[in-house]
Amino acid sequence: MSVVTPKHFRTDLARVRGRGTAKSGTEEFWLQRVTSVAGVPLTIVAIVIGMLLIGRNQAAAAQILGSPLVAVIMLSFIVCTILHMKIGVQEIIVDYVPNETLKLALLLANTFYSWVIGLICAFAILKMSFGV
Amino acid sequence: MAETRSLERRSPAQRPLSPHLQIYRLALTFLMSGFHRVTGFGLYFGSLLLAWWLLAAASGPNAYAKFQWFSGSLIGEFLLLGFTWALIHHMLGGVRHLIWDTGRGFGPQEREWLAAATIIGSLTLTAIVAVVSYFATGGAR
Repeated sequence: MSVVTPKHFRTDLARVRGRGTAKSGTEEFWLQRVTSVAGVPLTIVAIVIGMLLIGRNQAAAAQILGSPLVAVIMLSFIVCTILHMKIGVQEIIVDYVPNETLKLALLLANTFYSWVIGLICAFAILKMSFGV
Repeated sequence: MAETRSLERRSPAQRPLSPHLQIYRLALTFLMSGFHRVTGFGLYFGSLLLAWWLLAAASGPNAYAKFQWFSGSLIGEFLLLGFTWALIHHMLGGVRHLIWDTGRGFGPQEREWLAAATIIGSLTLTAIVAVVSYFATGGAR
């Protein structure tokens, strides 16, 4: 068994792939828990709001979705779930995609997709809130 | 420098892989673990429906009419029902994970009970949402 004698003082972990230690990594784990705790009541209320809007026309739907309380709840639901889904799918990509290039591309796509969906939803709510 | 680079580029050792999904007997806990990930991944694309709905509502009557035409179609209703179930199932599965995060719920009976509660709960709640929604819109159109 040939072990390469290190000529430097970096730790074994730091030498792994030559990229150094991550130095962080628990933020997303924690954020995933925070957004799951917040997500439970927000999801229940969002489903109820969705049910209340079934069958209503655009004017009524926009009025209800744009009213202050509903808008704030929906914005919270959107921010919470978009953060949660971005981390969740990132986890899936890291778990199942061994190819580094493809992994990088998918991680980028995941970030873009999450931001675009989140911004569309948030913009729509704000537009209904502020009229125009 | 050249030496460290060659170290970095060294391909990983060929080690035997641990057995994956196919080796295990299908159990409810195993199935619910998979469901949690699958429903989460499904909701990822389901968020397109949410974005479409909100954007249509913000855009105007014509855009909203298009969404309502879709959501009232057979495939639209199927997707919305699936989205609702996935959302509720993922939420209940998440509660199960939060219970586990406290260190509780790992006992042989507890974990079976939790797995059963997740699927029975999600199907029941989805049925309630569907029935209430159906009658809220005045039944069949």
